[in-house]
Amino acid sequence: MITLNINGTTHQVDVKPLETLLAALRDRLNLTGTKDGCGEGVCGACTVLVDGHPVSSCLLLAAYAEGKTITTIEGVSGDGKLHPLQKAFLDNGAFQCGYCTPGMILMAKALLEQNPRPSAADIREFMAGNICRCTSYVEIVRAVKQASRGLRNAAKRS
Amino acid sequence: MGFQTVGKSIWRLDGEKKVRGQALYTIDLKKEGMLHGRILRSPVPHARLVRVDTSEAARLAGVHAVLSRDDFPEGGPLSPFFGRRMKDKTVVALDKVRHVGDVVAAVAAVDVETADQALRLIEVEYDELPLVSDPVAAIEAESPQLFDHLPEIKNNICHHTTLKQGDIDKGFEESDIILEDTFRTPVAQHCHLEPHMALAWFDESGRLIVHTGTQTPYGVRKSLAEIFRMPEEQIRVVVPYVGGAYGAKSHLKVEHLAAALAWKAKRPVRIQLRREEVFLTVTKHASVVRMKTGAKKDGTLMARKAELYYDTGAFAENGPNVVHKATLTSTGPYRIPHIQADGFCILTNKPSAGAFRGYGVPQVALAYETHMDALAERLGLDPVEVRIGNLLREGDRHPTGATMHSVGYEELLRKLGAAIQLGARRKGRGKRRRGRGIACMIKASNTETQSEAKVQANRDGTFTVLSASVEMGQGAETVMAQIAAEELGVRMKGVTFVPQRPDTDLTPFDAMTTASRSTFCMGNAVRRAAKNLRDRLVEFAADLMEISPQDLRVDNGRIFAAGAESKGFTYKEVAARYFARNQEELIGKGFYGDEEDQKTVLPFWLVGGCAVELEVDTETGAVKLRKLVAGSDAGKAINPRLCEGQVRGDATIGIGQALLEELQFVDGQPVNASFLHYTLPSFQDVPDDFPVILVEQPHKDGPFGAKGLAESALPAVPAAIANALHDALGVRIKRDQGAFKGSNSSSRFTSRTT
Repeated sequence: MITLNINGTTHQVDVKPLETLLAALRDRLNLTGTKDGCGEGVCGACTVLVDGHPVSSCLLLAAYAEGKTITTIEGVSGDGKLHPLQKAFLDNGAFQCGYCTPGMILMAKALLEQNPRPSAADIREFMAGNICRCTSYVEIVRAVKQASRGLRNAAKRS
Repeated sequence: MGFQTVGKSIWRLDGEKKVRGQALYTIDLKKEGMLHGRILRSPVPHARLVRVDTSEAARLAGVHAVLSRDDFPEGGPLSPFFGRRMKDKTVVALDKVRHVGDVVAAVAAVDVETADQALRLIEVEYDELPLVSDPVAAIEAESPQLFDHLPEIKNNICHHTTLKQGDIDKGFEESDIILEDTFRTPVAQHCHLEPHMALAWFDESGRLIVHTGTQTPYGVRKSLAEIFRMPEEQIRVVVPYVGGAYGAKSHLKVEHLAAALAWKAKRPVRIQLRREEVFLTVTKHASVVRMKTGAKKDGTLMARKAELYYDTGAFAENGPNVVHKATLTSTGPYRIPHIQADGFCILTNKPSAGAFRGYGVPQVALAYETHMDALAERLGLDPVEVRIGNLLREGDRHPTGATMHSVGYEELLRKLGAAIQLGARRKGRGKRRRGRGIACMIKASNTETQSEAKVQANRDGTFTVLSASVEMGQGAETVMAQIAAEELGVRMKGVTFVPQRPDTDLTPFDAMTTASRSTFCMGNAVRRAAKNLRDRLVEFAADLMEISPQDLRVDNGRIFAAGAESKGFTYKEVAARYFARNQEELIGKGFYGDEEDQKTVLPFWLVGGCAVELEVDTETGAVKLRKLVAGSDAGKAINPRLCEGQVRGDATIGIGQALLEELQFVDGQPVNASFLHYTLPSFQDVPDDFPVILVEQPHKDGPFGAKGLAESALPAVPAAIANALHDALGVRIKRDQGAFKGSNSSSRFTSRTT
């Protein structure tokens, strides 16, 4: 039994010794927003934030996440108002099938927390580990830029 | 005529769920008592199955079912045979395995680890056979044969299409210039991010329920009915959101295995393929295309000879039709008087190749568009003008007998050329050379195809579109709602369209979500259903108002008397009054594909093109795309943002296939069947400067003039890149000449794998 802090809630989870965080999230906690794409840490569909850092949850053992703060797509806005990144993804057509989208949004969130004013090249470099097979990525770059403007303006106002 | 909803880039209806991580895909489903299925696959490319012993695996604690050839005795409860074009596939291998990854057995157990352990306990003895992996070598009479019991297969050829017109010899005699080349393209894979996945069970009444991310729910139901010897109505296929498909999720992929394990275990069974298995399940056809083109000095095309050798792998899959369609369009969108084209669909010991976005056209478009470019270069003509001068025009007869209609090539080609300043002399400096190239493509939609739809007005004023068009990212859910809204006369804002996922118990028949057909075929069905519903609502309102239906008008969700707008009802009010009096549902029905619809040889043409500006590092060979322009004739863009997304995304797969992607085999063994080793286009491989050109030549039979476009860019991309590389380097790229070398092993030995 381990304790996982996910999206601000503490969960007691009974995991197997070699169980990945991805499996614990999806199969034990029914947090299915985090997606299973390649199982080898290449596609980025399973990206979550662990203590604010983007991590491929298919490679991280659940036990290693104990005591850390985990953010999944379900924790980005919950059922409430869309996060500026989520809105920007909608505005820019930054997804089609939507399967890579949770991972993309979390990776972009990590980027904007480190670098609130990324250039297109910054975005392309930071997010290069996330694969989208439907779009051209151009739409995602635009969405992240739009969200970065939105977040900066919101920060100025507050 | 102004449209209220059509032509507007509204947000995707599935969008909020997707950005919140709340959209449910097959992979997210669970069922109480569910077991996990795993598949034992052949480690050898071609062998006789001497022995398959599952007894030890079956005894392992936690194993509930082991499926092998022993479950398919002749005349047994299940039929092992299936296949899209011929019954060449079996649920599990019966007497032979024909490619690495071929299904030998399957296990259902309490968890994946136990199932994997059970797979290791299955003893299999393979008697290896010589393999064949080059499609051109495979058709030699002395080559190893994959099948000897199917009469439709001879010398490993499972299909041959011929297209003839005029007198080919005369055509070349009358030509001033003749080009002749061989082009090769490798195996590629779809790499949809959601792997193939199915969840199946039999309910208390004995019905088979399958949830699967398929593009062809009705096709899956039909094939399962054959395997389980059940009436189709006894099977229910439900399709959640699909995490990418691109052709790979058409017809049976894992559904039959999940269902057969569920039948044997008498429990629900879930199978999710691992990434490596996805690579071995379906691929894109490798090809060898020999093309000979003759033209007059002024650039007028005279003759085209084409031989297409498409490697369909170990089973025909959709290959025969892929080859058929590629062969019939091997003249491109051009008028050529003398034609001889032969396409061969050839079996080799590789995973089977099937439908992949573009459906055989990218392979042949690389050939014909390289020739158009070479022709312009050799004759000193403008590459745009030489294409335009040879175009089949509106109303012309295509060699297949189909009529050219809604084919905006001229506008598209001019815009593509202008967008990259084609012909500019700036070629870069030093080791970096710059080049520009264009290409276009033509693809036929599918023929004799049917779609049914219902549009329902609900008690609460919402609407439901009942359509089996699968939402796999292309935006079908949104586009169908927009079409319904336009026809009903309601605005999307303020009106809710309740989503209904494809479900063979609820959504009426649709042939399939493939071939860019949904906007046109299902779009027409939805439009007709919406009109039928509107007529019913108007009639009912007329009754209420004691006025003739002819005197009523509809706008913005209101039915009112012509000339007296204040007198009327909203749809919501009409529905409320209807349901106060009636029990019956308020539904409009629509059908596409009746005799009138089938009068044309072909519903519509996919029309597209691409222009590229790139830079080559002549020391490292690295190619950097500076600008890529993708264009398409949309007929009428129902949702321009979705259309642009389709075209740009389609072109991006084309970038991958041109520059990055190749599933490689050595002696029949796949060597890069993983995302680590198979390079997909990433953020770094696509240019920032990536505009889309949408041409709109309305289609007379399309819903509001619309037609399909989702496969119109990809086929032109490899050719445009090859032409740009020629512009930069003066070298014609005919693709990797080594792709087929050294893999036609003929060693014979016996190995035991236990």
